[in-house]
Amino acid sequence: MNRTRENTIPMPVRYLINTVLISLLVFGSTAFVNGGGVSGYITKVLMVIGINIILAVSLNVATGYLGQLPLGHAGFMAVGAYTGGIFLKAVNADQATGISYALMVIAALLLSGLLAAVFGVIIGIPALRLRGDYLAIITLGFGEIIRVVLTNIDEVLGFKLTYGASGLKRIPKITSYFNVLVCVVLTCLVIHMVMKSRHGRAILAIRENEIAAESCGVRTTYYKVMAFTLSAFFAGVAGCLYAGYLGSLQPTTFGFMKSIEILVMVVLGGMGSMFGSVLSAITLTALPEALRAFEDYRMVAYSLVLVLVMIFKPTGLMGQYDFSMSRILERFVGFTRRFGKKEG
Amino acid sequence: MAFLSTLFSQIINGLQSGSIYALVALGYSMVYGIIMLLNFAHGDIIMVGAYVVWLSMTSFGLHPLFSILLAVAVSTLLGVVIEKVAYAPLRSSPRLSLLITAIGISFLLENGFQLIFGAGAKVVPTLISGPTFQIGGASISTPALVTLGVTVVIMIGLTLLVQKTRLGRAMRAVSEDMGAAQLMGVNINTTISFTFALGSALAAVASALYLSSYAQASPTMGSMLGLKAFVAAVLGGIGSLPGAMLGGLVIGLAEALVSAAGLSVWKDGVVFAILIVVLLVRPSGLLGKPMKEKV
Repeated sequence: MNRTRENTIPMPVRYLINTVLISLLVFGSTAFVNGGGVSGYITKVLMVIGINIILAVSLNVATGYLGQLPLGHAGFMAVGAYTGGIFLKAVNADQATGISYALMVIAALLLSGLLAAVFGVIIGIPALRLRGDYLAIITLGFGEIIRVVLTNIDEVLGFKLTYGASGLKRIPKITSYFNVLVCVVLTCLVIHMVMKSRHGRAILAIRENEIAAESCGVRTTYYKVMAFTLSAFFAGVAGCLYAGYLGSLQPTTFGFMKSIEILVMVVLGGMGSMFGSVLSAITLTALPEALRAFEDYRMVAYSLVLVLVMIFKPTGLMGQYDFSMSRILERFVGFTRRFGKKEG
Repeated sequence: MAFLSTLFSQIINGLQSGSIYALVALGYSMVYGIIMLLNFAHGDIIMVGAYVVWLSMTSFGLHPLFSILLAVAVSTLLGVVIEKVAYAPLRSSPRLSLLITAIGISFLLENGFQLIFGAGAKVVPTLISGPTFQIGGASISTPALVTLGVTVVIMIGLTLLVQKTRLGRAMRAVSEDMGAAQLMGVNINTTISFTFALGSALAAVASALYLSSYAQASPTMGSMLGLKAFVAAVLGGIGSLPGAMLGGLVIGLAEALVSAAGLSVWKDGVVFAILIVVLLVRPSGLLGKPMKEKV
């Protein structure tokens, strides 16, 4: 409202403030967690929260920003999880130390993301020809097929790759609080930067009105596949972290319900709001844990909350609001200046 | 000859499960046609119906026929109540919110029933008993015959209802253009409620037919059944009644033939692969009307 030139903070200063705050958050909280500030159980919950944040924020690209409704996000997560799991087992990451360990972890994360992104392109090109609900259904179909293939591929081809229904076991546990947090920060950063760029504006234009965007020269198919692939990439990274967190994988984990779970986080937080996705991923992961004392009732309470939020706040908790540190600081700066003027 | 009789038995099995899918698919299709909602809670109505049958037969000792009628009544009521409580307030909000509400209701029913009755499967007493007929080496059980017969009768009845009655005309009008239908004096709320009631009643019938050959009720039985039926509805062309029937039969037959070929673990994969191929070649489904996009 009151964004006059004197009240805006220059860009380099903004970047500086944000970098300082984020590194404080990452290193401070890692030191706190590793120093025994919280129990092992809480650390585990924090890691799951981090993985869910990546999943929700990445789905938000396709749902909130692009305005499509993919129901197969768990499929991409599965591709990433199995790629990461098989890679980590193959290179025996648990026996490596130092730099080679770090390289293996980074390679596993990138490889999972890339393979999931390849699947994103393969599925995206045919799926994005369709619109609205049909897109939802076809991605649902692809997600289920990925699950069925993961279950049965070993039997058919005679590989020892996914170990079918009995599950991939003894994956090196590479996931720590620190690397989950770094991945969360990088995911949010990359997606934020893409969305603020020319490509991001093209994606938003497609959401607002596809035909209008097309007639203004936006290459709709290209940008749709791009957003879809971006979303798949980070789902794959989250899958790899999940594999390294759990140490064993089963195809049934990545069913239709997992996709729905992620979608619920996005919609509940508010579609198109990264802050909302983060917030609801935290809430929806922490809430069932906090309600563990009421084991029997927690899923009922969870679904009731979902229905009630949708009835009373259909745009999600945050709507399209997004958190911005600089905006808050600018308000603060503007406020003190005005206050100073009145005094003087 | 042995191969032919196996094939014939599998085709009968496929037709039987296909008719059940078709009945459930009709509910999805009608609701989608009228308010453009993928009603994820529809599969769980089947589950509720199955529990009503189980409870009324084991605890109250009702005759199978009465317990099925009771299940139909309860499901119909439930469908209408869900529409009034959860979907009606959201009629003017974004469609995704409506979808999430439907998912929420589905979770609520599944978890609620799990809380009340426990997660284990309940064995339902025999609903339909009768001899197994032998035709040239292939056997057809009475439940299979009853399923096919009931489905055919319901399909004919439903077609007459939609094509010939005043309410059916209202349904078609609302699904064509809700605003215009309202201006012509069609009561939107009654029509939507009626559609939900009809869909839920069909789901309860499907539930009884399902129980007659599988005899088990569990809180999550509706989710996969519902998903397959939903695929059937899309395959046939969502919003089209003959399409839902055709889609159901295609899915049922495809599953049976894949099982007959000894590949039953790939059953789900094949169903979704058929769906993808059909959607890519004919995005509006086998019998659906192609949608035109206007600026």
